[in-house]
Amino acid sequence: MDSLLILVDAPVFAGQLLINGILVGAIFALAAYGLALVWGVMNIINVTQGEFVILGGFITLYLSLAGIHPIVGIPVAAVALFFVGWIIYKIVIFRIVDRDLFTSLLATFGISILLQQLMNEIFGADVQTAQTDFGTILLFDGMVTVANIQIVSFVLALVLGVVLVIFLKRSRMGQTIRATAQNAQAARIMGIDPDRVFAFTYSLNAAICGAAGALVVMTWVIHPFLGLTYTVRSFMIVIVAGLGNLAGVVAAGLGLGALEKFAGFILGAEFEAAFVFSLLVVILVLRNLAMSRKRKYLK
Amino acid sequence: MQRKIIGYTAIGIFSVVAPMLFPNYQTQLAFLWVMVVFALTWDIVGGQMGYNSFGNILFFGIGMYVTAIVQRDLFFDANEFVEIAGSEESLLSPAEYLTGLGLGMGASVIVCLAIAIVLGAGILGMRGHYFAICTLGLGIAAGEIFSGISYVGAGSGLVTPVFPEAMGNRSTFYYYMFFAIAVIVFFVLKFLYSSRFGLALNAIRDNEDKAEAMGLYTTRYKIMAWSIAAVFLGLIGGGVGNLIGFIDPIDVAFAGTTFGVWMILMAILGGKGTLWGPVIGAVVFHITQELFWTYLLGWQRVALGLLIVVIVVFFPQGIMGYFRKQYPAWFSKATEISETSASKQDTA
Repeated sequence: MDSLLILVDAPVFAGQLLINGILVGAIFALAAYGLALVWGVMNIINVTQGEFVILGGFITLYLSLAGIHPIVGIPVAAVALFFVGWIIYKIVIFRIVDRDLFTSLLATFGISILLQQLMNEIFGADVQTAQTDFGTILLFDGMVTVANIQIVSFVLALVLGVVLVIFLKRSRMGQTIRATAQNAQAARIMGIDPDRVFAFTYSLNAAICGAAGALVVMTWVIHPFLGLTYTVRSFMIVIVAGLGNLAGVVAAGLGLGALEKFAGFILGAEFEAAFVFSLLVVILVLRNLAMSRKRKYLK
Repeated sequence: MQRKIIGYTAIGIFSVVAPMLFPNYQTQLAFLWVMVVFALTWDIVGGQMGYNSFGNILFFGIGMYVTAIVQRDLFFDANEFVEIAGSEESLLSPAEYLTGLGLGMGASVIVCLAIAIVLGAGILGMRGHYFAICTLGLGIAAGEIFSGISYVGAGSGLVTPVFPEAMGNRSTFYYYMFFAIAVIVFFVLKFLYSSRFGLALNAIRDNEDKAEAMGLYTTRYKIMAWSIAAVFLGLIGGGVGNLIGFIDPIDVAFAGTTFGVWMILMAILGGKGTLWGPVIGAVVFHITQELFWTYLLGWQRVALGLLIVVIVVFFPQGIMGYFRKQYPAWFSKATEISETSASKQDTA
């Protein structure tokens, strides 16, 4: 509880945590938007989400080790992950699109273990981060430090989100994706090939995750086994915000980022991951309690 | 009927003499029974009731920890134990060891039952995706929490008391213990599935709303099924912790990416929602998995991920489902007698 007293005594410190949390929360929101896209269009919960994020991070990391600035790595990671997503769709996902929920959940979970272990074998299990050399700025007489890259990545995440929304609203492909999400059968009658739309949606989601991963490796750390936390965060954000509620996704993402920073500080670093997963259980139980009020018959 | 008895006797005799026939593989054989228990207990909720849980490993880990803590605190001081744990010699007499183990496993059963009832009331009301993801979070959260608590050894884990030499071989002792637990689980489930309880579970799987409308107290049945799985997993967890001798919070106790996924995979491979399916799946999977470990050193976990995808996507009906489709006559009541063990499926 000592750390709680620090927060009361020095509110500036709370400001530091809040800023850090909000800046990282935009990345969570980006990955969550991808999850919501696949969920809404294909009715699949993509457990592989987190592994896509980490893979995007590794691609950016190795580019930066080769001398290419990590900012340039963002589009590269997105394009590379688009193809990874396409390949995974063509091998596995198209077979499970119309199967029951459990099959898709377990199959994507299997892919996630596969990717996780492949990354572990190829890249090693070290905790890594990419250097950007952007410097830091000091606020409140040096009480609060913010790395410039955090602000840059926050802005980039929001820009990517806006580009995505415009793409889905305006482009031909975006319109077909939204049409399929609304009514797959009607879309098919209108001459839309659902298989193509699904393939594109899944790959687009992978690309979004890849870009998010590039931002993660610049602002935070990656290692092969961190993937599942991103999947769980995305899932939490989507259930709190609801499918297709963009403003909600952003708000929930930023809130989750801040909440996690505070929890990590108060509970100690060893409980950070525990907090994410426990929060998932708590949110789901609360959601269930809220929903179950409607079912009054037979408890 | 007579053939059935002969079949059971043959399996029984083979299981009793197996550790003597293959003395070098006793630990692996002991784990075979652990796998059978894993698959059978997962199938209660996952197969028969249709609630796909990713978090049953929770009870396994809790059983492991509770047993080890009781064993430690009964005869040792917690701080002192860390220092003496490295020694090879056992400091306990057989009677003391067995008391600690028995009390520990008893305590783990009670704790697991309590946790299953409390958690079950909270999460068994969820359906589909939400239940699956929630249990996934539950299993991982438990591992992360236990690796942060210093009373249970935090991230460096717990060591169990050394097996007393006077009691002979550790692997042999645990082989017979796990064999006994597996047999008990099998026959308890065989009884339950042939009773009203089994029908209620199947009704929940097929159409929960309708089952509720017909007057079944579905939540009560769901919590009961979940608790039965929890009790047996806690029991076997206590034993496995002692067989391995070292409890790591994430790699052994709450090993979501190994044991946690294997139990689902074994049940699906054998055939969900059948009595013999999980048993067959566990045997086939355990042998495959041991071969992976032997011949694919370093890449076995990659191969495992691939195996999950292949089984789930291409073979979701499982071995039992395959036979049921190919040879439906084996499963009808009229032809109760047949050659393979697969047909011993209780058609009730």
